[in-house]
Amino acid sequence: MINSFPKLLNAAVITLKLLSVSLIVGLFIGLLFAILRLNKNVFIYKFAYGYSYIFRGTPLLVQIFIIYFGLGQIEYLRSTFLWVILKEPYWCAIIAFALNTGAYTSEILRSAFQTIKPGIIEAGQSLGISNKIIFYKIQIPIAIRQSLPAYGNEIILMMKGTSLASTVTLMDLTGVAKYIISTTFKPIEVFIVAGGIYLFMTFVIHNVIKFLEKKYSFN
Amino acid sequence: MELLAFGDTGWGDELFRATLMTIAVSITAMLIGFSFAGIFTPLKLSKFKSLNLIANIYTTVIRGVPELLVIYLFFFGGSGAIMFVASMFGYNEYIEINAFITGSFAIGIISGAYSTEVFRGAIQSIDKGQFEAAKVLGLSKFAQFYKITLPQMLRLAIPNLSNVWQITLKDTSLISVTGLVEIMRQSYIAAGSTRDPLFFYSFAAVLYLLLTFLSMKLINKLEVKYSRGY
Repeated sequence: MINSFPKLLNAAVITLKLLSVSLIVGLFIGLLFAILRLNKNVFIYKFAYGYSYIFRGTPLLVQIFIIYFGLGQIEYLRSTFLWVILKEPYWCAIIAFALNTGAYTSEILRSAFQTIKPGIIEAGQSLGISNKIIFYKIQIPIAIRQSLPAYGNEIILMMKGTSLASTVTLMDLTGVAKYIISTTFKPIEVFIVAGGIYLFMTFVIHNVIKFLEKKYSFN
Repeated sequence: MELLAFGDTGWGDELFRATLMTIAVSITAMLIGFSFAGIFTPLKLSKFKSLNLIANIYTTVIRGVPELLVIYLFFFGGSGAIMFVASMFGYNEYIEINAFITGSFAIGIISGAYSTEVFRGAIQSIDKGQFEAAKVLGLSKFAQFYKITLPQMLRLAIPNLSNVWQITLKDTSLISVTGLVEIMRQSYIAAGSTRDPLFFYSFAAVLYLLLTFLSMKLINKLEVKYSRGY
């Protein structure tokens, strides 16, 4: 149990790397699609809705497998520079995670945009602030504050989602845990250590979000 | 399209059976989850701090640890644990548990943690006056639960339970790592033998979308049924 701890801790670093990169990319994707969802053009709106519907309605495992095993099958892709990225399981996992969390984030941000009181925007307009600045300086900060609690949940769900990277040969925390279990046949001990590390990360994320919520609260 | 033909030439019938398996595992897991929720929700709402603690440990650990890790625990540890219990009763033969049972149990425990939270939230948001009124009318504890608490709880819980159902349905794809032939496993087999992973995994995605879409339609009907009068 003690021997496995350093190995699992090392693997947790990979989990954190996967998590942070995919969250950053996913946040941009989410913001982009949330803005597209608010567009009045039916095609743009439907496109953004379809994206979030498909990625939220299918298991993350399917998404990873399509990107990792499926895309490699297209001959054309193999000849482009994209192949440098798509042949690496690490990047495939990150693409899948980012697209997945992007879909959930877009829903969170969209509902946050929609709950902003129109009076706030009107106040901005009557002060003569341009629409662009209202959007960047008023709507986006308020939406981010509104969506913090839901986004905190999404981060934790995503952290658990990174465990699926182990299915495409990446040795993240779950991957290493599985390896140790299958070589030592001590599932319970390994589960306690690996689970403990995951719980610790959940705990930290939970408290950071709580702190941010308090810091940016309206009162 | 011939890849999806029924019979020996295609994968249509295999995938159809796999879809039924996914539905069966999801429903079994959901029911196991409900039984866990039936045990842990009262503990969560109990007056005793130690009982609260037990229920809180269950929901926090399960919701904070990846599903895949829980599945590995059950897959590798399940038969060991059962054999240990059996050996206390003097049975020392090797016992292998069926992948369906291990899988639905693992997913069921996860789904139970989410259901517990949903039921707790639903019961807590029932107006206190309802319970007081039941008491004043002299209803027994049993009648109070079945006639007052349960119907109102269901109405409040159904929208969130539909989320739990979606999570459970999608989590069943993870059981494929234990070798149970559901949609994901069958697609893996088909993709391996035809060397056409793009097609089969995309088809699996379509099957899952179809399942989530149809179940949402059904749940919406239930929601209407339980919220009549509101």
